[in-house]
Amino acid sequence: MTHLTDLTAKTAIDAITSGDLDAAELFDAYRSAAAAEDLNAYTWVADQTPDLGAAAAAPLRGVPLAVKDLFCTAGVPSQAGSRILEGYRPPHTATVVERLAAAGTSLLGKTNQDEFAMGSSNENSAYGPVKNPWDRSRVPGGSSGGSAAAVAAGLAPWALGTDTGGSIRQPAALCGIVGLKPTYGTVSRYGMIAFASSLDQAGPFARDVTDVALLYSHMHGRDPRDATSVGHPEATVLPTAERMDGLRLGVPEDLTGEGVEPGVMAAFEAALQTARDLGASVERVALPHADYGLSAYYVIAPAEASSNLARFDGVRYGRRSGADDLVSMYTKTRHDYFGDEVKRRILIGTYALSSGFYDAYYAGAQKVRTLIARDFTAAFAGVDLIVTPTSPGVAFPLGAKTDDPLAMYLNDYFTVPISLAGLPAISLPCGLSEGLPVGLQLAGPAFSENRILDAAYAWERALAFDSTPSRIGAAR
Amino acid sequence: MIDRTQVLHVARLARLQLTDDEVGRMSTELSNILGHIEKLSALDLTDVEPTTHVVAVGSALRPDVVRESLPREVAFEQAPDIADDGFRVPSPQA
Repeated sequence: MTHLTDLTAKTAIDAITSGDLDAAELFDAYRSAAAAEDLNAYTWVADQTPDLGAAAAAPLRGVPLAVKDLFCTAGVPSQAGSRILEGYRPPHTATVVERLAAAGTSLLGKTNQDEFAMGSSNENSAYGPVKNPWDRSRVPGGSSGGSAAAVAAGLAPWALGTDTGGSIRQPAALCGIVGLKPTYGTVSRYGMIAFASSLDQAGPFARDVTDVALLYSHMHGRDPRDATSVGHPEATVLPTAERMDGLRLGVPEDLTGEGVEPGVMAAFEAALQTARDLGASVERVALPHADYGLSAYYVIAPAEASSNLARFDGVRYGRRSGADDLVSMYTKTRHDYFGDEVKRRILIGTYALSSGFYDAYYAGAQKVRTLIARDFTAAFAGVDLIVTPTSPGVAFPLGAKTDDPLAMYLNDYFTVPISLAGLPAISLPCGLSEGLPVGLQLAGPAFSENRILDAAYAWERALAFDSTPSRIGAAR
Repeated sequence: MIDRTQVLHVARLARLQLTDDEVGRMSTELSNILGHIEKLSALDLTDVEPTTHVVAVGSALRPDVVRESLPREVAFEQAPDIADDGFRVPSPQA
């Protein structure tokens, strides 16, 4: 095997199980690749190959795992892409990372991200932007850009990310890999450095649907340390469907191509034809309030962020700026160590929650959230799954949208309404436009992960997108 | 529209110092974002219940038993300044 890092996690696990591959050899191959990478995908890489004895006996066989930096990992830098947490080594480990370690993954590294997960291009990281392995002059998407780029480039077999308004699905799309945002609450948020708590959701990245299903199957579960966690009512089954017979797919009525790049629309429509060939039916569904999703999201998420980020005050952990009195110490610390986008969202959120504006903004946005959730409930009475392009465009050049926050926010047009409704959705690559990957988003009712994974698996086989790391761009 | 005075008011509430240049920039950027958010006012929201949480969960109560908490020395490990078994900060009155 010349390219160990081309193997999917499941293939590697099978090879380790049969004795054809040594877990330490696999870890070392990834560790060497990650230590030498030039995408800026990692902010920390394990400095040695750990003793994999116990892990190799567990179901996931010691296969390395890359973890987005905002998951706390005891004794290991956990900086959430922010200067205010530079050098922070937490005393605790996130529940989902603990669960995966118990299932046999070993921590390979921490991945770069937009600061506190606020961004769609990974350019808001205090540790520098991540480059897209398909074209190094372009962004990988965000906020989980480091995780997506690492998996696409063969610097990790799979990775953990978080998705608040699209932060798993959009980078998966822009990097040509698979990413799942599970139903809100199925995975514990304990140990995740919080952005917007009513939306934040951890999920897996991998190079195929099977690996995403396999990683997710070990992630979910109720956690007493997260009072909002609900676990998953059923076990996650590795998908086997080869056909989509009888499956009813819904395309939003107002998805006419306006605002979507022509190449993205063409790849999306070709994928719909593939689904029909596999036996699915495609019809239009009404989501009359989805168009208000971004507006509601950009009230709710910053409001919750402004509250969550109040904890960064320079007192108990993180960086501190010197000042003569307490309040000046707070305000100076937050000025010196928060980045621009974080400041912007703290101000928007504080404004939306402030006296005199609360009802118009925050309470209003929460009511719109109700209307959006109702739209989906009504739509799923008529179709099994809803499909859209994941992102309106392919990976854009670094710097192209940094001066225009609103243009950046529009990246999340198709992903945000699903987040507001707390529903599960997957992004899988469905083709190329201008030589860059196009993502297809497949969303379902709450807890329908198995249905989504089955459909995505059948679709993936038929679409035959090549995500082999050593062959990235070969088809361009 | 959110003017300089409002930006400064909100920044004070958020305990965030801004330079003069930042106040001007934020005033423009926040106004643009709020302009987009204004779209919400086109909807009739009377009689719509707000959604605070999407998945139905009841109150989660743990058994009321004594558990070990974070040891003091571990809690202090990442602190910028400690003194006399506490987090040291500048005086509020200075």
